[in-house]
Amino acid sequence: MTLAIVPVGGVVASLIQLVLVALGGPLLVGLMAKVKARAEGRVGAPIGQPLRDLRKLLTKERLHARHASVVLALAPMVIVASAVVAVAISPLVSTHPLLGSSADILVIVYLLLTGSAAAALGGLDTGTAFGGMGSSRAMTIGALAEPALLVAVIALSIQSGTSNLPRIMVDTLAHPDWVLAPSRLLALGALLIVVIAETGRIPVDNPATHLELTMVHEAMILEYAGPELAMVTLGEAMRLGLLFSLVANLFLPWGIATHATALSLLGATASLIAKTVLVALGVALIEVRSAKLRLFRLPELLAGGFVLSVLAVVTGLVTR
Amino acid sequence: MFLAALSICASAAVMAAVLPRRPRVVVSAALGALGCLLASGVALRILLTGETLAFHTSQVLPVTGFSLTIDPLGAWFILVSSFVGAAACVFNVGYAKGAMASRSALSMFMLFIVTLLAVPAASSVMTLMFFWEMMALSSWLLILTDQTRHPDARSAALWYGAMTQAGAASILLGLLVMTSHGGGQSFADVSAHSLALSGVTRSFAFVLVLLGFASKAGAVPLHVWLPKAHPEAPSPVSALMSSSMVAMGVYGIIRVGEDLLHGGTVWWWIAVALLGVVSALYGALHATTSTDLKRLLAYSTVDIIGLVLIGVGAAGALADNAQPVIAHLAMTAALMLVLAHAAFKGALFLAAGAIERATGTRNLDLLGGLIHSMPVTALVVVISAGAIMAVPTLSGFSSEWLLLQGLLHGFRVASTPTVIVMLLGVIALALTGGLTAVAFVKAFGIGFLGQARSTGAATARETSTSMRVAMGWLTIPSVVIGVVPGLFVPLLNRASSSALNASVVSPLTRDTGVVVSKLGGAIEPAALLVGLVAVMALLWAFTQSLTQRRARRVDAWGCGRELQTPRMQYTATSFAEPLQRVFADVLRPQADVEVTHVAESRYYEQSLMYENRIVDVLEARGYRPLIAVTMRLGRQARRLQNGSINRYLAFGFVALLVVLVVVG
Repeated sequence: MTLAIVPVGGVVASLIQLVLVALGGPLLVGLMAKVKARAEGRVGAPIGQPLRDLRKLLTKERLHARHASVVLALAPMVIVASAVVAVAISPLVSTHPLLGSSADILVIVYLLLTGSAAAALGGLDTGTAFGGMGSSRAMTIGALAEPALLVAVIALSIQSGTSNLPRIMVDTLAHPDWVLAPSRLLALGALLIVVIAETGRIPVDNPATHLELTMVHEAMILEYAGPELAMVTLGEAMRLGLLFSLVANLFLPWGIATHATALSLLGATASLIAKTVLVALGVALIEVRSAKLRLFRLPELLAGGFVLSVLAVVTGLVTR
Repeated sequence: MFLAALSICASAAVMAAVLPRRPRVVVSAALGALGCLLASGVALRILLTGETLAFHTSQVLPVTGFSLTIDPLGAWFILVSSFVGAAACVFNVGYAKGAMASRSALSMFMLFIVTLLAVPAASSVMTLMFFWEMMALSSWLLILTDQTRHPDARSAALWYGAMTQAGAASILLGLLVMTSHGGGQSFADVSAHSLALSGVTRSFAFVLVLLGFASKAGAVPLHVWLPKAHPEAPSPVSALMSSSMVAMGVYGIIRVGEDLLHGGTVWWWIAVALLGVVSALYGALHATTSTDLKRLLAYSTVDIIGLVLIGVGAAGALADNAQPVIAHLAMTAALMLVLAHAAFKGALFLAAGAIERATGTRNLDLLGGLIHSMPVTALVVVISAGAIMAVPTLSGFSSEWLLLQGLLHGFRVASTPTVIVMLLGVIALALTGGLTAVAFVKAFGIGFLGQARSTGAATARETSTSMRVAMGWLTIPSVVIGVVPGLFVPLLNRASSSALNASVVSPLTRDTGVVVSKLGGAIEPAALLVGLVAVMALLWAFTQSLTQRRARRVDAWGCGRELQTPRMQYTATSFAEPLQRVFADVLRPQADVEVTHVAESRYYEQSLMYENRIVDVLEARGYRPLIAVTMRLGRQARRLQNGSINRYLAFGFVALLVVLVVVG
């Protein structure tokens, strides 16, 4: 069975995915902020606020720290580019996106890692204490989270025997009983922890804080301003959208378009939005109900995620 | 042709020894580079045509003669050595000053290159051991080149000498066991007779040989010499040691295990893969916490060689599980990673040498801001570090992807012990991916970005043209293997078939990318690169379309304070501190805090000294006690010697009696 790339259908599917994630990522961030505000008894900002913030940032002045090099300007572009390519080739709306044959587990994970590394270099480039602190913490969390992400997705790949994401989804559609396999449930647990860590949500990082002792991602990007801050924020929101929708699709691929017809793509878009919003609501509820962990308590959580993902692989191998 | 290449390199060694100082460096480098390029050409032709070159003479070595045979497996490793060798020669033109430009150092350097080219070609036990020992000896002398500037070189050389001699003895013993059942000492004879040996004998021989080769490859726990010796050697030598000499260890394991002993049994290869898993994790962990740039690179070599050994071990185990196709895939991954590693690690070691020359230090805690003064070196480091971090579209990614394909497909078919070890391999691959990213974000981010942390770093200048050319040459494979890995598929298929001694229909097909046909799996890095570049170009065009094209320079946020000093930045030590805490159980960091109080009051501090050290636990707990015991035994044995002639006569008499009793 080969994955025929239908060029036109693939291009359309990838474009839909890009627009969905580029707009939907910031909206998901807004939605989660709203849910948190409501749960805390506040009204909260409108859901579209992150998009308005982006528009505002684009009109602001470009400022660079005095000792920064070209890396400071390049890093946001790498973050966005890696996210865009990962989104375009991932099976979100269709199982045949552009270059879907290259949508390998390792490609997606390492594209995300490239984005993280670029962000960390951007933080170090400013030559300040904050940038270094944020980069160091973010890379530490990433070094523990990305392996768990990789191993968790490998657990999903065991049943279908390929590391190609679209094929994993196609095979899952053909075997609905796989969804409740113990290894998949373990992998789901691991992936939830990883996604929370990778997107910098409570209990790993608090996106709303600017307190030296606790901030991770915000410290790393402290020197960014204007259009470049907009790029970084957009890139991060797209990563969040990608991870949420990948998790949703890997476990419940139903609704994804297997043929490139207009109707099926439309249905797939609607179902993707619904599934991803569900994941976002779940994560927001976790955020509301938990307190941020101390930095040095985090490894326990992330190691837990890694152990879960290894257990998932072992269970998958035993029950295969 | 290959002999011509060897003799050109050898003549470079002679030239280095006879010419006066000025032309010596240039002439020997030119000859060396020419010889290396010629050897590359020969290796490429063998890999393209699949033919085997053989040469034998009884003139050179007495009794046994001298035999060289290059098959595609050997050719692959010759390609690795010669590619890095050429770069090291060119780099040396700009680098060789002082001790490194002396007659002895230069000719040893050229001799070292000759042996690196000859070891994969040797086809008899004597020839292999001859070149193997020459390789050890020449590199050992090269470590001692500049003892005034590197005071630790002496201790490093002692460690290296002890380990490499023990390893060579082990290899020689293993090979002798293999030849013990008659037949000649040429590899063809050994291979033909080895199946007649009993299983226990073959396993015994393999374990001996594995210990020797694994210590050369830097596999944990036999790695202790590597993070000492590689940093202390002059940079072109470190580059060669770290990229091709460690590869010779891998070559030896493949040659003896797969060729001479015909694959043996599954547990051999499980042992190899387990060595790989331990090395990968241990090396990656130490690389993240090292602050000496070259030490970081050396530990990262331990890490990557670990991944290579995982591939070799998985290939051997799968072949013994009667899965030749997937074994072929895993071996291909291992071989590709060897070439990729040789290029990026070679480039990084050369860059470390350039940095040391420009700033006078290789301590990351004293560097910073070098991207402004050394932009070319910075670019080389970015590309090579990206390759090592497995950034998609660079060489490390293509190789690690192939390795993962081999392991994942192996899951489905192999027996339980093999599956367990491959699972460990996947875990190691995942964990080292994250740790390597930290190590190299640190190396580049702290070394090249931010503000200079010392006057040496502040006054650094870009390196000379020859050094830049050499570093640039070594970044070519990182990009080419990364973007069009398909180019290497035919070469790798030949080398891998020759390594596993089996011609299977390769699962790899060539496109612009790599497709693992039948098994399902493909990457198209060239298309990914186009996508990445297009998006970045669009974003750049967007920033240029804004009314304000250039960013205004402002002071960084200093919490309301005006003063921002370079000392406020994170250092390499502080960058890795969180991970050091996380893995404190393995790393056992030692910290000393010394507070000096003001004379008048204990409530005020005059100065505070903080020291953070990470000692190799295996060295401290494993080797140090061993050395202490040996030294104690040595001191006790010394008491036998008191200079009295009567006592020595008595010893002789007793010895004679013992011999008579035993013989009689």
